[in-house]
Formats: sequence, C-alpha cells, structure tokens
Amino acid sequence: MARLSNLHRVLIAIAIAASIIVPALLPSWTTLVTLILAKGIVVLGIIILLQAGQVSFGHAMFFGLGAYSVAFWGKYLGTGDLLLYIVIAPVVATLVGALVGVFVVRYREIFFGMLNLAFSMVLWSLLEKLYHFTNGADGIRVARPTIAGMAFPPETFQYLLLYITLALALVASFAVQRYLDSPLGHMLKAIKTNETRLEYLGVSARKVLLIGYIISAFLGGLGGALVTVAQQIATPEFAFWTKSGEFVFIAILGGTANAAGAFAGAAMFEIVRFLAAAKLANAWQLILGVVLIVIIMFAPSGLIGLLKRGAASEGKR
Amino acid sequence: MDSTIAILAILDGLSYAALVFLVSVGLSLIFGVLRVVNVAHGSLYAYGAYMAATISLLVAPISPWLTFPALLIAALIIGVFVGGLLETFLLRPVYGREEVLQLLITFAVFMIMDNLQRLIWGVQPIFAAEPVRLLPNVSLLGVTYTSYQVILLPLVALGTLIGLRYFLRHTLSGAVILAVTEDREAATAIGINARNVFLITFIIGATLAALGGALASPTTSLVPGMGTDMIVLSFAVAATAGLGQIEGAAVTALMIGLARAFVIYIQPELEVLVPYLIMVIVLLVRPMGLFGVNKVRKI
Repeated sequence: MARLSNLHRVLIAIAIAASIIVPALLPSWTTLVTLILAKGIVVLGIIILLQAGQVSFGHAMFFGLGAYSVAFWGKYLGTGDLLLYIVIAPVVATLVGALVGVFVVRYREIFFGMLNLAFSMVLWSLLEKLYHFTNGADGIRVARPTIAGMAFPPETFQYLLLYITLALALVASFAVQRYLDSPLGHMLKAIKTNETRLEYLGVSARKVLLIGYIISAFLGGLGGALVTVAQQIATPEFAFWTKSGEFVFIAILGGTANAAGAFAGAAMFEIVRFLAAAKLANAWQLILGVVLIVIIMFAPSGLIGLLKRGAASEGKR
Repeated sequence: MDSTIAILAILDGLSYAALVFLVSVGLSLIFGVLRVVNVAHGSLYAYGAYMAATISLLVAPISPWLTFPALLIAALIIGVFVGGLLETFLLRPVYGREEVLQLLITFAVFMIMDNLQRLIWGVQPIFAAEPVRLLPNVSLLGVTYTSYQVILLPLVALGTLIGLRYFLRHTLSGAVILAVTEDREAATAIGINARNVFLITFIIGATLAALGGALASPTTSLVPGMGTDMIVLSFAVAATAGLGQIEGAAVTALMIGLARAFVIYIQPELEVLVPYLIMVIVLLVRPMGLFGVNKVRKI
C-alpha cells in the first residue's frame, strides 16, 4: 500500500511550496528551513525504530558521527565537496550503526534505550576530551564546501544547500514510507505488537530490527552532515543525550505513524525555538517543554494525527 | 603511582561515590516501582543543590551551624513539593500509556526545570561552602582531607542504604511498596492503594536526588548543566547495577567512583569516559545489570 492519501499529497505540496517560497520572501529563514529538513531526515530514523516500539535515547551518536565525518574531512584533508560529504557521512554512520546494531538489537525497551544511551555517551566523552583531534567543547569549524567542484558565494550556497536538502528529504521520506509499507516494515511493527508470533512465522526479529537500525543510522549520519554544513560547525553537543531526547521529542511532536510526522514535528520545533529565541531568549526551552507536555496529554498522535482528525471530521460534515 | 596519590584517589572516589549513590538509588527506586525512567531526576539534584545554597546563604549570618539543617530542609522542600507536584499532575495522567510518552513527559519536565533554574538562580556560579569549612580536616597516612567529604558524606550514604533496606524489608509501608512492585494488579485487588504508593515512592526518590544535590552544594560551585551531567551518570550507575537494585547501586557507585578517581590521577582526559565505558561493557555482558536478577525481584 504505497498509495498516498489526499491529506498526504496536500501536506507534501505545502511542504515543498513552503520550503521554496518562505526563503525567497524571508532570506533570513533559509538556514532555518534547511535545518528543519535536515533534522526531519534524522527523525525519520527515530520513527522507523518507534514502529518497532523501541526508543533510542542515543541516536545523537549517528547525528554526531555524520557531523564529525564532515568536520574531520575539512580539518585533515582540506575543504571537501558537499556531494562528497553527503555520501561519506552516512556511510560512516551506517558502518558504525551496523557494528553497534548487532549488539543493541538483542535488547528491547529500557535495555535497548540505555545501551544506545551508553554508546552515544562514550562517543560524546571522546569528542569532548580528545582535545587535540576534536578541539573539545569548542567544536570544529567547517568551511563552506564546493558543490560538484564549484565554489559559490554564501547567499547562492545557502539556497543551493536548501534545495539539495529538500531533494534529499523528499527522497528519504518516500523511501522510508515505502519501507514502512513493505513486508519488512510490517515485520518491524510486529516486533512491537507480538514478537513471539513473528519468530513463530520463521522471521528473525533481530534481523528485522537490525535492518531498521542500520537505515536509521544512515539517516542520522546524513542529517548530521547537512546540519553541520548549514551551521558551519560541529560540536560534541551534537552527540549529547539531550540531542537524542530532542529527536525523540520531534518524532512524538509530529506523530510517529508515518514519515510526514518527522517534518511536521521538526518544523514546529525549530520555528518555536527560532521565534522564542528572538522574542523570549531566556525561555525557549521552557516553552518547548510546555508544548511537549500539551501534545502528549491532549494529542498523543502528534500534529499529523491532529490534522487527520481535523480532515476526518471535515469529511463527515 | 605513589601511595599518597592512591589514598587521595580512594578518598576522592569515596566521597564522590556517596553523592552518586544517593542520586542513583532514587532513580532506581522510582524505576523499580513506577517503571518510569525519570529524566528530570538530574534537575531535582540541581534544584536540591541550588535550594540548599540559597537557604545556607540566608541562615549563615545567624549561625553558620544552621547551614546543616538547611541542607536537609532544602532536600525536603524540593523532594516533597516539586516531586509531589510532578507525580500528581504530570506522571499520573500518563501511567499505562506508551513507554516513550512517559519518558518524554519527564524529558519535557527536564527542559522546563533546566530553563527555570537559569531564570531563578542565574548562570553565574554560586558558592556556599560553609558546612565544609565548619567541620575539621582529617589526616590519613599523610593525606589531609575535609571530614565533610570523607566522613559525613559516606555516613549519610550508608545511613540511607541501611534505612532504605530496613524500610522496604521490615515495615508495613515498605512491604506495601514491594507488593505493588511485584504485582500491581494483585496488590490493588487486596486493597492496596497503588496510587499512594506511586506518590510516596516518587517523593522518596526525588528527595534522595535533592539530598544528593544539597550535600554536594558545599563541595562544588553550582553551575547550569550540573543536573544534565548528573542524570546520565546516575543512569550509568543504576543501569550498571541493575535497575531497581538498591544494594547493587551502592556497590556500583563505589566502583565507578573509585575508577573515575584513579583515572583522574592517571589519565585525566578519560575521566568522563569511564562510567559510560563501564556501562557499555556491563550491559553487553549482563543486560540486567551486575546485580539484577532476571525479573524475579525488582527492589
């Protein structure tokens, strides 16, 4: 069932239009929209794992790996190319994801979450303390890369980065939606509902979860690279546990039922943060916390769930 | 490594372990009973510390000795009021909902408390070292150390361990808590009010976190982010010991505290890495933790 509902078509059209029109009218929002799309890509990975009922409280590890792949390339090998970065970062994250995944998919629920947390905190401590390689808490500045070998002035680069991120976000969300609707995706959901039954059907639950885990690591690495290029810096905070919490937060905010939720959640999160930081610089975290509590208490299926409910009652009338 | 440094490392580790134990045993207790990982636990630690410093600075001019009861009062205020409000208004509505939603509620509380902390107490470091100065220093094999850190803190931790054990195993309220932990449905069926048990357990856990913070406040400068660091550390201890293990948390806190202290003297860059590395290794080998029994008994 890869067909899209009308609601989704409308949402996708709105998302594409907004990503192109908003930066054209408000140039200062260009980077913001890029960040929304890049974080949405990371959150797609969280949504994959949530299908299986597993919460990774350490996914910032892959985000950080992607970010530092770009940063190390720039530091040790000279300024690279954007197209190179968006290949290398996900590859590094995927390789580590496969390695770590082999261990973590043996565990479920709280143990799964904690082991992920532990791995990500190991990476964070290394990034923070191996000062000679990573510049510690100051992070590594990342120079503006070329795109396909061509250097661009900052404004043009901003827009090109935005369009490339938009294209990647679209491809990623279609691919993830296809994956979730495929038999493999349904097996992932079966881990949440009844893992024993899955095993009785002759399917290895570990293998199913491992595939999902590796895909989510890939997406984390890709998003990390894009955020780093957009913000021109990678810091250890990218791999800290609060970052992992933020990604899970965005997933719940948007709704975990499908890929669209990732971007809806990321848009809400970043826009609230952007506006609150401008108007109430001291209280943006407070505001986001309250928003999260309200969503959990009154709209547990997230923003997309709210929209669906709205569309359904519209249709009845 | 000469013996002076070794003794110094042991004493460092001991006083550090005492604080970490108080915080992580609270986390462990809450998880054992409520099945919720309280991400805001580190914030309760930080609030305990800030509240203690605030009250201490207030009462110190009257008599410096009043700063000792101030530490306890601060822990009780934060634990009972903040902890009680959190459980009643935020956790209670989400019991029985998906695990990720319960976790995220406490994450939201963490974000709010972290922000409020900056608004209330600012971002400048706060010092309130009165209690450490009042108690004499002690010398052990040529090493001088504050008796607050090497005698008082470990004594409080030990008292907490014995007290908790006695409370859970030898009093009616403790038996009720254990009953709810073992089988909530059966406990409710024989007339136990699970709702009260959850509230009381959360308050005890929150008070222990706040007490850890209050006792830490004279030994360190209070800065934003102290709670953020403490929460992962206490996770590491609680998970390594096995969630819900009280005696295990004590042993693990001591182990991680000592390991960290020795690493500081040998290879300081790796200090932060140690607890997480231990956690990864232990969880890979024994996911239920060092002292965890496979779901036989949780606390």
